[in-house]
Amino acid sequence: MGMTITEKILANKSKRTTVQPGENVWVDVDVLMTHDVCGPGTIGVFKEHFGSDAKIWDKEKVVIIPDHYIFTADEKSHRNVDILRDFANEQSLKYYYDVGTSNYKGVCHVALVEEGHTRPGEVMFGTDSHTCTAGAFGEFATGIGNTEAGFIMGAGKLWLKVPETMKFIFEGELPPYVMAKDLILKIIGDIGVDGATYRSMEFSGDGVYSLDMEERMTLCNMVIEAGGKNGVIAPDERTLDFVKKRSNKPFEVVLNDEDAKYHSVKAYRSSEIEPMVAKPHSPDNKALARELKDVKLSQAYIGSCTGGKMADFKAAARLLKGHKVSIKTIVVPATKEVEEGLKSETIDGTSLWDIFLEAGTEGIGKPGCQACLGGPLDTFGRLNQEEICISTTNRNFPGRMGSRQSQVYLASPLTVAASAITGRITDPREYME
Amino acid sequence: MSDKVTGKIFVLGDNIDTDQIIPAQYLNLLPTDPEERKKLGSYALVGLPKNSLSFIEEGQYEASCPIIIAGKNFGCGSSREHAPISLNAAGVRLIIAESYSRIFFRNSVNAGLLYPFTSSKRLCDEMKTGEEVEVDLDAKTFTHKPSGKVYHLDSLGDAETIIQCGGIFEYAKKYGTN
Ligand code: SF4
Repeated sequence: MGMTITEKILANKSKRTTVQPGENVWVDVDVLMTHDVCGPGTIGVFKEHFGSDAKIWDKEKVVIIPDHYIFTADEKSHRNVDILRDFANEQSLKYYYDVGTSNYKGVCHVALVEEGHTRPGEVMFGTDSHTCTAGAFGEFATGIGNTEAGFIMGAGKLWLKVPETMKFIFEGELPPYVMAKDLILKIIGDIGVDGATYRSMEFSGDGVYSLDMEERMTLCNMVIEAGGKNGVIAPDERTLDFVKKRSNKPFEVVLNDEDAKYHSVKAYRSSEIEPMVAKPHSPDNKALARELKDVKLSQAYIGSCTGGKMADFKAAARLLKGHKVSIKTIVVPATKEVEEGLKSETIDGTSLWDIFLEAGTEGIGKPGCQACLGGPLDTFGRLNQEEICISTTNRNFPGRMGSRQSQVYLASPLTVAASAITGRITDPREYME
Repeated sequence: MSDKVTGKIFVLGDNIDTDQIIPAQYLNLLPTDPEERKKLGSYALVGLPKNSLSFIEEGQYEASCPIIIAGKNFGCGSSREHAPISLNAAGVRLIIAESYSRIFFRNSVNAGLLYPFTSSKRLCDEMKTGEEVEVDLDAKTFTHKPSGKVYHLDSLGDAETIIQCGGIFEYAKKYGTN
């Protein structure tokens, strides 16, 4: 019987000819990523079990990217980065992107892609739930905890239950006011925050294949918000071109078998999708942007691994150009490469950077996770009071971006930009037609 | 597993996410440091909405309820192992929920921290925080003392063997990794 991409990758990596959903298998790991929040705990587990002078299984397969608590005065946060640095030195890690050096990157999921750590057919684990982002490159990628990551550091493998696959197809071209964020918010709103628990979510259709790699990453990034184990998009020419530019390691393209079996297949007509919003305090609390005109906002936030990539800023800048924001608007590039892109990329001769400043945003934050997860009290853009924020990030749980008194609405960069102008939730079509 | 857990329950609803279990500002605490682990315990569930009952009393490190009853999708959100660690450090032995997010479930199992049981019955609507229960881990039954009713817990399957071993390291040593 045929297999889905996810099943095939897990079969390859567990050295079997075939696997079935529900089976437990031990898979070999191609990349293990950790960061400053979970890295120190992972290293602690690794040393406790493999010994204080143990060596990791492969020093080219562990990637450490500090990104969460970087620009803060908090001492424990600094201590945690020190632990990563010492470990990277001790293990002669090839890929450690240190804070305060020219090697600093920013948000791990975007940095992994930029630095060529994502390749079709591979298995990636990361101590961060949004590790599923890398599925956009046709690989199996999912989030794990410290203990599992500590185990992988020594053993190079991990047991996994083979998930069933739910397939989501977007038929037809996407309207210009619709972004990947709208597609994924629509799906999560339809199936609920536990609608894909323990399953793989695969995205397909010409709507999906018309998206650039960054937009595809946004789709896969939020599968965890539906409880999904991994998100995946079968590689096409665009994927291969992108990956070959960033990585010179060989890889194997894995595609669905013709007769692969799915848990379910759901098809949407792209032209029927409208700009979506997830209301507080759950990513599945869906509404259309145009239904929420009466919601007054105090802050807009454009950033994170979901909504802080070049594609996100290009969309937001296109809409903001020639307008002024009427509420506090925070811009945080995910990585240094994106930050540089804001300066070099122009629209009608003006850089995105200048477009944001001229529109009246609160400067431009330093690249990293920043207020996407609240973080220490001095974090840039953190919601410290009863703020009502519209954000391009991925979670709006109580207190996620800071104060538990605050409220967060999730939306696409276009919708966030339009709302920043009016100070109310605004359908971007009002500024696009 | 040949033991019984007796004690009070703490009752929660659906979609208790990891930011509610342990808010992000405490993630700078290092779970492998005993003092900081204890501190993580003292912050367990402080992220619940502001009108909720407190799980841990002011100034305490451990909860008075070693058992949590919850609805659907317990532990959704981030991969932070700090979440089951903080519950474990606060003295939680087991959770009985309708369902779990997969990373929380795996973390609890692979680190051998607590038993993430499921019950096909929605218990969180029938029970109140502070009520006494007895859980028989052998028989997989659960007695609600105020009503005398006995409920069955679903089997944990392979995960149970891993917890019984004490986590993934011991499990792999015993059963190998093939
Ligand atoms: S940007 Fe937000 S969601 Fe992405 S890794 Fe950082 S904290 Fe997590």
